[in-house]
Amino acid sequence: MNDMTPISKLTVKDWESDQEVRWCPGCGDYAILKAVQRTMVDLGSDPSQTVFVSGIGCSSRFPYYMASYGFHTIHGRAPAFATGIKLANPELDIWLVTGDGDGMSIGGNHTMHMIRRNLDCQIMLFNNEIYGLTKGQYSPTSRLGTNSPTSPGGSVDRPALPCAFALGSGARFVARGFDVSKNLPEVLKAAHAHRGAAFVEIFQNCIVYNKDVFEDFAAPKGAEARQLWLQNGEPMLFGSEKSGGAKGLALDVEHLTLKVVDVIDGDWQSAGVIVHDVTNRSVAHMLVELPFGEFPMALGVIYDDPRPTFDSTVTAQNAKLAAGKEPNLAKLLAKGQTWTVED
Amino acid sequence: MATLLADGDSTAQPAGDAVPDAVVVRFAGDSGDGMQLTGGQFTLSTALAGNDLATFPDFPAEIRAPQGTLFGVSAFQINFGSTAIDTAGDQPDVLVAMNPAALKTNVGALKAGGLIIADSGEFTKRNLEKAKYEVSPLEDNSLSKWQLLAFDISALTLEAVKPFGLGNKEALRCKNMWTLGLALWMFDRDRAPLQQWLRDKFAKNPILADANIAALNAGHAYGETAEIGGQFRQQHLGPVPSAPGLYRTVTGAESISYGLVAGAQLAGLKMFFGGYPITPASAILHNLAKLKEFGVTTFQAEDEIAAICSAIGASYAGQLGVTSSSGPGIALKGEAMGLAVMTELPLVIVNSQRGGPSTGLPTKTEQSDLYQAVYGRNGDTPLPVIASRSPADCYDCAIEAVRLAVQFMTPVMLLTDGYIANAAEPWLVPDPDSYAPFPVEFLAEMNGETRVLPYKRDDRGVRPWIKPGTPGLMHRIGGIEKAPDTGDLDYSPGTHQLQTDARKDKIDGIANVIPAQEVTVGEAGGKLAVVGWGSTYGPIHQAVNRARAKGMDVSQIHVRHIWPLPANLGELLHTYDKLLVPEMNTGQFKTVLRDQYLVDAKPLNKVSGQPFTIAEIEAAIAGELA
Repeated sequence: MNDMTPISKLTVKDWESDQEVRWCPGCGDYAILKAVQRTMVDLGSDPSQTVFVSGIGCSSRFPYYMASYGFHTIHGRAPAFATGIKLANPELDIWLVTGDGDGMSIGGNHTMHMIRRNLDCQIMLFNNEIYGLTKGQYSPTSRLGTNSPTSPGGSVDRPALPCAFALGSGARFVARGFDVSKNLPEVLKAAHAHRGAAFVEIFQNCIVYNKDVFEDFAAPKGAEARQLWLQNGEPMLFGSEKSGGAKGLALDVEHLTLKVVDVIDGDWQSAGVIVHDVTNRSVAHMLVELPFGEFPMALGVIYDDPRPTFDSTVTAQNAKLAAGKEPNLAKLLAKGQTWTVED
Repeated sequence: MATLLADGDSTAQPAGDAVPDAVVVRFAGDSGDGMQLTGGQFTLSTALAGNDLATFPDFPAEIRAPQGTLFGVSAFQINFGSTAIDTAGDQPDVLVAMNPAALKTNVGALKAGGLIIADSGEFTKRNLEKAKYEVSPLEDNSLSKWQLLAFDISALTLEAVKPFGLGNKEALRCKNMWTLGLALWMFDRDRAPLQQWLRDKFAKNPILADANIAALNAGHAYGETAEIGGQFRQQHLGPVPSAPGLYRTVTGAESISYGLVAGAQLAGLKMFFGGYPITPASAILHNLAKLKEFGVTTFQAEDEIAAICSAIGASYAGQLGVTSSSGPGIALKGEAMGLAVMTELPLVIVNSQRGGPSTGLPTKTEQSDLYQAVYGRNGDTPLPVIASRSPADCYDCAIEAVRLAVQFMTPVMLLTDGYIANAAEPWLVPDPDSYAPFPVEFLAEMNGETRVLPYKRDDRGVRPWIKPGTPGLMHRIGGIEKAPDTGDLDYSPGTHQLQTDARKDKIDGIANVIPAQEVTVGEAGGKLAVVGWGSTYGPIHQAVNRARAKGMDVSQIHVRHIWPLPANLGELLHTYDKLLVPEMNTGQFKTVLRDQYLVDAKPLNKVSGQPFTIAEIEAAIAGELA
């Protein structure tokens, strides 16, 4: 990027750093990188005010490839670094890049606390359900029975659900997308528009150690029946005549759960299909827990209901506590009971 | 009371009517008896009287240990006098024992002929059992080696506060003030500042203020009455001659906090302090949380790791990042310190050392984290280590830590310990204007021809500090080995060799900008040097002075810069026939000295959770010179 280029004229190319990208050919991370660079252009972001912060893992190499500021930190701790950066300079636009091992396993604690504090930043958790960089061990999001070097008989630990974890930690914004989805930039823009910790789970295909594990819903063929793209104010519809029938999600009042209903002739109202309200926390909990297969994969902005951010609250409180007080070190040192020794 | 002699040996006989130079008093009671508060207030009144002093608070790890038990005893020792005081005193002259358990656990330390003041009202059958006494020691002559004054402080206090209509429990809480009143009388202290303090403390509950003041006055009056006049009389220790100026008392935790604020001001930076509660380091976080007007942001993180990582994040963003902990927390921070070394970002890490390993002795002091500070990280990860020697010294050490961190773009470890953190001493209040500022200059413009060079080193091997948010200087940093200048990922063999050497050379070079090592007491060359670091300063100082007064050829060398060591230290150590290194560990600094200088440094070690006594070091000196 030329220094003189106005922000409004930046292109995707201007967001590419001069570093050689070192992911495996065909890795889903390439598509996410492109989507993020596209998003930056669409947002009109200023690279000098933007910081990508990551932990350790394949996904965490991400900052090296963005022509902004970037900090590749240590395993699982990116949220803590991001917290210090944002509190030190709240003007900076912080994008956090983590993975299922980095953010849900070794760094689960920090992920939880950053979310509950509501630090203003975008959290992109690349979920490939495997440890890629360490060569294929099962991860905290791996499905039961995943065969890996450390689980030769199939993994026996139950997987964690990142979006459910985020909601449980008090998240005010939860969204989902996947690497090659054309909708990903829109999801990321919504995350950016949200003031506070915006948690985005991005399903990502690890073509070496967990190839096509998301094909069941991500494959383009028949996607409309297996993907529920949520839109605020729109009915939760999926499928079509071609894919075996238009369907929608309705409330099963008797069991207080969601259920799939058929939509005949587009009349979703009489089928009882519910309208997506991004501020409805109860429905958000149901959506992130929907078992895939019986239900489609809920994607897009699942929940978005902002609250005051951690950084703005800390800044305001610091100002309040400092108000009217003079930062006089000499006075501070001489505080309390003193005595004077005369010459 | 002529037996109040602090500075003689334990068999010293009463010296007529002479007033001693110094007195050691220990207040001991149940952890709920308010002994730390009593000691703290006595300290203040002592300081106001112009005496020099040193204190040693010694309390259990439990917040409220079961009442009356041996392990629930909390003690506060103060050594004060009209001469220079460096330690909290070897053996108390006066022991105030508020219950049988306090007597049992503390009387052994009391100087022969010393005075015991005991609250006989607490020597009940039940309390005696809890303290594992079969017979009351007040009655079986087992205390005949000492002077004993036993009276029912509980009953006297209840009587004194009767007019205020407090419940029994609340009324008995005034016992410590009664005791303090007696102590103030014994040493001819002004009650007025204390009465004012009680009024302020209980401003919302004037009845409690009045009751406590009544108890204080009653204790004082009790001293004056004829009832005990035959056994002891008032002592007046004159003010110690000290440099003119304004004084206050200060604990290590306070002066570190102030020093960090001062350092940040001198650097022209705002401060970000990331901490996690841990004994005995939390007090620094408490202190700084109250200083927002100085541009301080404090962050109570979710754990020790997040505390240091947030501080590194803040440093990356252009503030002075600081974190603080004690041994177990420092262990958790190790990986992040490595990142700060690798990315070359400034950071101050304060370690208030306590007894280890593991949880160890949370409230007791030790110096056993020296290896951890100097060597305790993966990889070749050098960073400067500074050790403060006393509560007041923490101020300058904290400023020095900030200076090295920002001038050399490196994390710096500042070592104190539980003793320094909690202990108080008089402090000649420094003039902030007398310190030379060291303002930080962030890189604002491109330093390469076509791109920014975040790892381009200056002639001291230091890279520029570049804040995110600076237009045109976007770059990426991380923990992976990097090429010189550009900082691009590069783990080729030549690069790692080069960069490892560059990081080491940068830290080694600090030896050239720190003060040369001075001989603290004595002269260069001779039969014996006692080499110390940290809070052993006081007992070593006194022991060396005493030995020299007896004509022994011994000097003291007290080291502040533990890493890198002062450039002249090796040469200096080689001028002595023998070296003795007292440490509250199993010999860590001794090993460093042997390694660095091939000298025959001899260890003197103590890990009881208690500081060295002067006598212990004096005996070792005599042994070396025998």
